[in-house]
Amino acid sequence: MSNSGLLQIKGIRDGLMVTLADAAWPVVRTALLNRIEEQPGFFQGARLALDVGNQVLHVAELSELRDKLSENGITLWAVISNSPTTETTSQNLGLATRLHKPRPQEMQTARGIDDEAAMWVSKTLRSGTRIEFAGHIVIFGDVNPGAEVIAGGSVIVWGRLRGVVHAGAQGNADAVVCALDLSPTQLRIAGEIAVAPRREGKPQPEIARMKNGRLHAEAWTPG
Amino acid sequence: MTGKVVTITSGKGGVGKTTTVANIAVALAADGKKVVCIDGDIGLRNLDVIMGLENRIVYDIVDVVEGRCRTRQAMIRDKRMPELFLIPAAQTRDKNAVSPSDMIRLCDELRQEMDWILIDSPAGIERGFRNSIAAADKVLIVTNPEMSAVRDADRVIGLLEAEEKAAPSLIVNRLNPTMVKRGDMLGVDDVYDLLRIEVIGIVPEDENVIVASNRGAPLAIEAKSRAGQAFRNIARRLNGEQVPFLDLEAHSLWDRIARLAGRK
Ligand SMILES: Nc1ncnc2c1ncn2[C@@H]1O[C@H](COP(=O)(O)OP(=O)(O)O)[C@@H](O)[C@H]1O
Ligand SMILES: [Mg+2]
Repeated sequence: MSNSGLLQIKGIRDGLMVTLADAAWPVVRTALLNRIEEQPGFFQGARLALDVGNQVLHVAELSELRDKLSENGITLWAVISNSPTTETTSQNLGLATRLHKPRPQEMQTARGIDDEAAMWVSKTLRSGTRIEFAGHIVIFGDVNPGAEVIAGGSVIVWGRLRGVVHAGAQGNADAVVCALDLSPTQLRIAGEIAVAPRREGKPQPEIARMKNGRLHAEAWTPG
Repeated sequence: MTGKVVTITSGKGGVGKTTTVANIAVALAADGKKVVCIDGDIGLRNLDVIMGLENRIVYDIVDVVEGRCRTRQAMIRDKRMPELFLIPAAQTRDKNAVSPSDMIRLCDELRQEMDWILIDSPAGIERGFRNSIAAADKVLIVTNPEMSAVRDADRVIGLLEAEEKAAPSLIVNRLNPTMVKRGDMLGVDDVYDLLRIEVIGIVPEDENVIVASNRGAPLAIEAKSRAGQAFRNIARRLNGEQVPFLDLEAHSLWDRIARLAGRK
């Protein structure tokens, strides 16, 4: 444990967790970098999660800090934030925005998330991006191999789904996954996992859901 | 004169960025353009070797940025082409000596005198990537038709999108038409299908590329080479010309043999 008023550092399962105080970004940023300079041995090779509180951060700021950290041998892997802008920035940079995936027991108990809330994403998710949201996620674009989509609710992709998708991530077995081309690297609903079979021929819209405790994909046909 | 800054990068190392920079530079210079290449691959400097200029290095980019020499002094003139220059990378010094704003300043200065400023960037996951793209008017992504290289290219395209850069263009390098035909290699269509960015060049696998690099004389000057032709076509497309893609398939040996044998 360490505390200089501007930042708090503690060890967590995944490395180090640094919580920044609610001061101006340049101030807390400099405080962090100074601390690293004072104790280079302590930070060398560390995986760092950063809790930035209410800071509203854009790509320029976060990527600059990430580069500075990597120059000091520190890997920034997660940014925890209360600001939706900062969350989006982190996701764009391929950083995690949660510290851990829900554990199995949490999955069984946590239910009934807000059914109405959905996150709208209107771009293609490229390799290395990860999007997480407690409600539904709607993607107007492709999900490329190497991208991950994790939703508490359902996932709808108006495009090709070829990355990893987890719907009902908190245990909601009623969640569904639909895509115009459903060819995920891995598909999960609640606790069930499936790998899409290699399909030949023209893709068609499909819906994946749980039926009698097993994952099923069925084609959507008009009429 | 306002030169254009083009950065050549990739997701994975070893896919042919440096080769591409050297060849496009030679092609543009042969067309009478004033061209300067900047080696942005700090620590992995080798553009000077491929261009055969290694033994002439006195100053490098860090000397320019830190004011130890004038920009002109660090610009090494090519042996064959009087309007082709190289600014070498520092090989040993501090990797943080150059910042994105240094690059923007340097490129703005070079724009006054040059038609083209080509930057050989490190792969997107490495340090120095942000320096290399900071001043870019256009980014070219080089990939091989190979799943892991394409995935890494996708990641870099995502990074460029996150940096709010204009959409990059794609060069598929080391394509082997025979292997594509056999289904043993991804075709350009497969690569495009995933990355969905404009394809500006398709360069065949060609052992002469390696031979030429070792000789320090980029292939693009050799009229007969198909890979050289492919690089020249990229240069023309950068100049805004509409150039059809080489019909690589039609010239594959396999195809001709198959036709001779009356199987097609
Ligand atoms: N079209 C090609 N055909 C055959 N070999 C190639 C081709 N393009 C590049 N190479 C070879 O691949 C290797 C890596 O190329 P290089 O340009 O150094 O990659 P990078 O700069 O991306 O690391 C070199 O040995 C080069 O000669
Ligand atoms: Mg190189």
